[in-house]
Amino acid sequence: MEIKRIIKIKNEKETENFGRRLGESLSAGDVVAMVGDLGTGKTTLTGYIARGLGIKETVSSPTFTIIKEYNSGRLPLYHFDVYRIGDPEELFNIGADEYFDGDGVCVVEWADLVSEELPENSKYIFIEYGEKEGERIYKCTF
Amino acid sequence: MKDGKFLTMAFESSCDETAVAVLADGRQVLSNVISSQIDIFKNYGGVVPEIAARHHLENINEVMDRALREAGVTLKEIDLIGVTHGPGLVGALLIGIATAKAVAYAADIPLIGVHHIMGHISANFIQFPRLQPPFTALVTSGGHTNIADMQSYTCCKVIGSTRDDAVGEAYDKVARVLGLGYPGGPKIDKIAREGDPQAIHFKRIMLEKDSYDFSFSGLKTAVLNYINSAKQSGREINRADVAAGFQQAVIDVIVEKSMAAARKMDYGKLALAGGVAANSKLRAELEKACRKENIELYVPEPVLCTDNAAMIGCAAYYRYMAGERDGLDIDAYASLPL
Repeated sequence: MEIKRIIKIKNEKETENFGRRLGESLSAGDVVAMVGDLGTGKTTLTGYIARGLGIKETVSSPTFTIIKEYNSGRLPLYHFDVYRIGDPEELFNIGADEYFDGDGVCVVEWADLVSEELPENSKYIFIEYGEKEGERIYKCTF
Repeated sequence: MKDGKFLTMAFESSCDETAVAVLADGRQVLSNVISSQIDIFKNYGGVVPEIAARHHLENINEVMDRALREAGVTLKEIDLIGVTHGPGLVGALLIGIATAKAVAYAADIPLIGVHHIMGHISANFIQFPRLQPPFTALVTSGGHTNIADMQSYTCCKVIGSTRDDAVGEAYDKVARVLGLGYPGGPKIDKIAREGDPQAIHFKRIMLEKDSYDFSFSGLKTAVLNYINSAKQSGREINRADVAAGFQQAVIDVIVEKSMAAARKMDYGKLALAGGVAANSKLRAELEKACRKENIELYVPEPVLCTDNAAMIGCAAYYRYMAGERDGLDIDAYASLPL
């Protein structure tokens, strides 16, 4: 996987700008794969991607239900948190492949746990903590 | 009908648990079977695969048979079928729905779809036979955090929800970081008793004035920041103090918002629901606050707080009695407004 750009995020406002712009640029069938530790702001970033897609609902954590769907935007958003999935193959038991090939955009949190099952052209964002509190580093494959 | 009593059989499969229950007259539990309690799972070495719909599919007939057997009734005596139709994991919900539909169709029994949160709140009717709406409800679990206005047996208005992590989820994630294991709620509850809740102060995230919404993601990040900076500077972390400080920050917010909602609705009753209601500290603090303000607090026993089908049957019963009916075309919804 080739990292094409590294973005330094100083605060949540910059996360918002990045997320909105990404959301505006996505098309049906795109899969955004997020890799990052607890508390690095994966769900927060997804919320701003949703805003960029024109989604109005609150994007809350999908940890418990694995998938949440949002249909109020320009494209449907399918928000995955695969942390609780023990075996990547279980993704198929929940119909994930249909989502990946579907009419909307998929965002997958903890994508490293299921990377072999994700489409090859998935847009990866590796999120790391920055030096200061609130700072993050985004390493993108797109 | 059996012995003059109206029988409801209900299915719940919105997440991890496959559950079937039989109730008499809507509030009396004849059986309440939850898959993880069944011995056959012990054959898997105690590991119950968590999420896949496939497992619901493998278990649901066995769970239903057992629910009927324990209740001492036959399918012919069932008057109503209730089933959770959202919100939840669609693949998992579908198993309960397909089974409920098949049984309803084959045995010609009316069918009612139930909102999972409405079910959780209805657990209170089972535990407290004399409780009547209206009341204020607080639903806290691994997947949900809501404050609701339970206006009648069938009408409930959610006035506050989490904007990011559910309470139970925040507990699980913090427990994970502290190396306490899963499920996080009981583990943090326990270790926090040995800690000083004032030792580390985490910010109480109240959001806008008058908002009944919750946000726990920032608190989780604050705990992480605390642990990371302690590690970096080589300071030893007192896990009990971290757990106690985190728990106090969560509970302060929940208690303040619940009490504000209860005061505004002015029903004089606050009912808890969902798995986090079993948290000893939350119960103790709510009891204290309710006593001070002369509000009656209702807390169902843990088996009725975590996911179960009895609560779904109760909610289905009241919808049926209110004249509502669903067709065999009901579907599963990942997100479902109340």
